[in-house]
Amino acid sequence: MSQSFDEISAQLRRRHRKSARLKWVSMGALGLAGLFLVLFFADMLVKGLPAFQQTQIQVQVDYSERAAELPLAAVQEDVRPLVSRGYLRLIPGRMEDNPELLGTKRMEWVLADAEVDQYLKGHYTRLHDKEKAVVDELKAEGRAELRFNTTFFTSGDSKMPELAGIASAAMGTVMTLLVTLAVAFPIGVMTAVYLEEFAPDNRFTQLIEININNLAAIPSILFGLLGLAIFINFFGVPRSSPLVGGLTLALMTLPVIIIATRTALRSVPDAIRHAAFGVGCSRWQVVRDHVLPLALPGIMTGSIIGLAQAMGETAPLIIVGMVAFIPDVTASFSDAATVLPAQIFTWAGEPERAFIEKTSGGILVLLAVLITLNATAVVLRKKFERRW
Amino acid sequence: MNIQISERKMGPMSGHSAGEPVVRNDNANHELSVRVRDLNLWYGQNQALKNINVDVFQKNVTALIGPSGCGKSTFLRCLNRMNDLIPNVRLEGLISMDGRDVNEARMDEVALRRRVGMVFQKPNPFPKSIYDNVAYAPRMHDLVSRKADVDELVERALRDAGLWEEVKDKLQEPGTSLSGGQQQRLCIARAIAVQPEVILMDEPTSALDPISTATIEDLMDKLKQQFTIITVTHNMQQAARVADYTAFFHLGELIEYNDTQTMFSNPATKKAEDYITGRYG
Repeated sequence: MSQSFDEISAQLRRRHRKSARLKWVSMGALGLAGLFLVLFFADMLVKGLPAFQQTQIQVQVDYSERAAELPLAAVQEDVRPLVSRGYLRLIPGRMEDNPELLGTKRMEWVLADAEVDQYLKGHYTRLHDKEKAVVDELKAEGRAELRFNTTFFTSGDSKMPELAGIASAAMGTVMTLLVTLAVAFPIGVMTAVYLEEFAPDNRFTQLIEININNLAAIPSILFGLLGLAIFINFFGVPRSSPLVGGLTLALMTLPVIIIATRTALRSVPDAIRHAAFGVGCSRWQVVRDHVLPLALPGIMTGSIIGLAQAMGETAPLIIVGMVAFIPDVTASFSDAATVLPAQIFTWAGEPERAFIEKTSGGILVLLAVLITLNATAVVLRKKFERRW
Repeated sequence: MNIQISERKMGPMSGHSAGEPVVRNDNANHELSVRVRDLNLWYGQNQALKNINVDVFQKNVTALIGPSGCGKSTFLRCLNRMNDLIPNVRLEGLISMDGRDVNEARMDEVALRRRVGMVFQKPNPFPKSIYDNVAYAPRMHDLVSRKADVDELVERALRDAGLWEEVKDKLQEPGTSLSGGQQQRLCIARAIAVQPEVILMDEPTSALDPISTATIEDLMDKLKQQFTIITVTHNMQQAARVADYTAFFHLGELIEYNDTQTMFSNPATKKAEDYITGRYG
């Protein structure tokens, strides 16, 4: 005799409870992940946004002959500790460039010392009470204010927090990624084309495939060791240069590009290949004229994601010497350079309180670029997505 | 077996034994197009074609029929070496065309496919414009290069495929925007654009509705004035309607090859008769 609905319902109740529990647990996990994300972003924004503003104070600058030799003399004693020493050092040079300045006295907005900046932003400061009083007075007179920090974007690293910026690291990142792209993209795409469209399916190609998949999972610092051993020690590529960094990151990005390209090639239906072979295309013509154009959006998406990964990488670059103090914007591929994540890493280790906001500011810039890159990849994929 | 390749004109033959070409059709053309002798083909350990002997005649429609898995599509793909694309295929025997063995070492499969075009089961236009679908292959083979010549060739191919009137105002639209039947005619236009001698059709109407099917069948009837058409079909009525010759395959063997009328009214073999009358299939 079959069971009644009531009997079956009673048994089912436990099953339903179990699935409801699972549903709540998974929703909880999602909520927790979202919460962490919000906390992370909030923390970065709160700490990092002040980095985009820097205090300037209005003081009287005395372009005297004495100041040309002793820059400290250019400002009066009471505000001397408040002005950025990096700024004062520039004064003799400016007088040389503009001789008419000599002997004049001007009221000028000048970059304040990082301690003044921290004081105005309400953080801990090492200023003495007397100096604090002067700052308070300047502020009351409207002669001290927070202005947009162009220095952060136009100058390289500095030991004086008010003069430290991301320009050299950004340039280093661009140059390094150019090298990575120039090396990894053609080699990766052609490798994938060979494996997917030309190579026979035998033990040897299977072995290569397994190895490529494993390469993608190797800890990135090992690529740094490889780069050190091969590029620097064997080929003599200059240490710390965008060239060696780019080559090292290319090793890391290659498997990502190969795997993405193979997936994109595999998603092109065989009907297209058959059609092309059917009209008498050679194998290379089939790939060049029909398969590659259709796979290109997928290849681009994969490559952008691979590059974004490389862009956020620090560990392998430590080993090839790219975590370095680079005050000047790098000019050539063989000069010493640093990259954004390495710059962040360097600032995170600085003792001054003012570098905390620089660190967070650098992270914000890096995050913005990475999100833009990944969004581009998503848009590309959506735009060229094809249904067969 | 010692095989001589000759270009002698084939006369109507008679005789019934399976494996030998059995042809009686006094109305049809008897210029030899493709000759197949003792063709055997294996997928790995699996023999898919057993000792096939066929003479395909020029400017006719030859239909290949038989139940699923009988080897008719495999046989068709031997004729333009599309089986080369499948790993672990082994082939023995002779397929000759124009006095040359299509499988010989110095035969370039690209050259072969220029002379033996193909239309597939599912319409597979390139994801390019209608114009480029037709113009791609002739340009690639350097048959034409001047814009005016390409235009003319595209128009002629589309006209021959019976598609020109429907697409002449939208040549730059993607080929995939057409209906299924139109796409298949576009594929036919693409195949005939390089002026092949033989057109292979692998169940060209199986993905189409009855009206589009009828259009394609009419088209095959017209195209056979210019081309030799070899078509695989699942549909016996279609073979009876369009084909001059019909070959019946069963389990990798060519059971009977005959002119279509005889095949459907008075088949020489019991197996063919049983299949045609619907006892199995």
